Amino acid sequence: MSLDREQVHKVATLARLALTPEEEEKFAGQLTSILDYVEQLNELDVADVPPTTRAIDVSNVTRVDVQRAYENREAILSSAPDREDDFFKVPKIVTGD
Amino acid sequence: MTAATPVKTQYEAIIGLETHCQLSTETKIFSESSTVFGAPPNTHIDPVCMGLPGVLPVLNQKVLEYAVKAGLALNCTIAPYSKFDRKQYFYPDLPKNYQISQYDLPIAEHGWVEIELYDKKSGTSTRKKIGVTRLHMEEDAGKLVHGGSDRLAGSTFSLVDYNRAGVPLIEIVSEPDIRSGQEAAEYAQEIRRIVRYLGVSDGNMQEGSLRCDVNISIRPMGSTTFGTKVEIKNMNSFNAIQRAIDYEIERQIAAVEAGEPIIQETRLWDEGSQTTRTMRVKEGSSDYRYFPEPDLGPIEVLEAQREQWRSELPELPVQKRHRYQEELGLSPYDTRVLTDDQSITTYFEQTVAAGAAAKPSANWIMGDISAYLNANTGMTIADLKLMPQELAELINLIESGTISNKIGKDILPELLENGGSPKALVEKKGLLQISDPAVIEAAIEEVIAAFPNELEQYKGGKTKMLGFFVGQVLKKTGGKADPKLTNQLVAKKLNS
Repeated sequence: MSLDREQVHKVATLARLALTPEEEEKFAGQLTSILDYVEQLNELDVADVPPTTRAIDVSNVTRVDVQRAYENREAILSSAPDREDDFFKVPKIVTGD
Repeated sequence: MTAATPVKTQYEAIIGLETHCQLSTETKIFSESSTVFGAPPNTHIDPVCMGLPGVLPVLNQKVLEYAVKAGLALNCTIAPYSKFDRKQYFYPDLPKNYQISQYDLPIAEHGWVEIELYDKKSGTSTRKKIGVTRLHMEEDAGKLVHGGSDRLAGSTFSLVDYNRAGVPLIEIVSEPDIRSGQEAAEYAQEIRRIVRYLGVSDGNMQEGSLRCDVNISIRPMGSTTFGTKVEIKNMNSFNAIQRAIDYEIERQIAAVEAGEPIIQETRLWDEGSQTTRTMRVKEGSSDYRYFPEPDLGPIEVLEAQREQWRSELPELPVQKRHRYQEELGLSPYDTRVLTDDQSITTYFEQTVAAGAAAKPSANWIMGDISAYLNANTGMTIADLKLMPQELAELINLIESGTISNKIGKDILPELLENGGSPKALVEKKGLLQISDPAVIEAAIEEVIAAFPNELEQYKGGKTKMLGFFVGQVLKKTGGKADPKLTNQLVAKKLNS
């Protein structure tokens, strides 16, 4: 399986990564070899094996609906890159695809 | 010579709704912070809802219970095996850059909602089933305040309040079975009634507990392909949903007729101008790169648990509507009013349970009692001093002929203010209906003697003077004379 430069560009855009054309070329090659390596698994017949979505087999882990305020709110606010009073402050939002 | 009128193309609208509904839990979906609306900014935050490194989200069991109950009430199949996924996009209302949602294994699928469309003109109603594609659980995002401008465009920075981040939501996706603004508004109202009856959400649109996004396209009647779909957002009332859709249908038809293309985009309903306007154009479908949420284990709803929850469901609005019309014999209109607000439904049902007939109960509640509540702002039927059992007693005093309907209406204000037994009040005030013919006849004699001119007119052929004499007799007896009997006796006397 090979990944071309166009696909690398798309994934980078979705992840908000700015890559140079040289980097796109380089990563296309590297990612392709990683995918090829993983693709060896396709040699196995897994038609009757249910897909594994997680390594540990637990289900229905829930908690009771009892409220408890987090006591160190200030630590969360002050660890943000920027704030204005009790708000988190973020730079101008640029939308568009 | 007349030119042939060109056949005008008829169009139909294909509409689907995505409804987000905030669940009424104490805490967030994956953490212990409060969900109370209106708190100062960033007071209900914690490391989990902020997505700080090393934290582990744990599902609130009430969220699962409420989602399953909502799924059952929407006639869905509950998934025996379900999971959460990460939906990735970059926007500062999400502190983690992904939203925990459900993608390919939602908790509930393949349901339907029955709506009842009431036609004011004819007083009749028609029922229609709207398919429900799926219902899934997810977390809400934070709230942005844009600085330097009231809109995103033009603002130089934004402020974020994450109180709402991680608040539990269910998203309900309908099939594209809806054909008009009225059907869409009715569907949305039915969803609200259902979640309110279940007690899983307050359905408050102003506070954003219930939000509807609409997908809409048009096509020539009879066509089986779909037109280009447009999404509309920003409607904060059922009425706005209806008007936005009706506007959008006209806009799309006008564009097609003029040969202009319909653009796949998201439009905002503008309440001020009563129009929709472009918010953003969708370029291809968004790529959210969903993958299973590794921090949360799967959910398995066992049959015993599911059936336990099913047994806890109350009688639902659709069941009440059928029962009121088919068993209690109420009209579609009465049914609609009585089942819309649960506190009114409860009051009505308690009145009937206390032995009053359904129709007069409906009339009193929807008439005089509603008028009283409307006149007393902020008062609800649950605040009334007059208990349903007392209303039932009043209705039965009238039905049995113990007091006249008029006396009933006369003493109602006092009962509404103070409550208490209507029977005791009637006895105390000496308002029992007079049904003794001898007493009524005596009053008739006096009235006839007092109005010789009117008697002359009646004898002269002005037979509608009968009503005048009946009125005078009722007045003379303080409204206590049995009106039907009085009418008979007056007629008999005048014609003798």
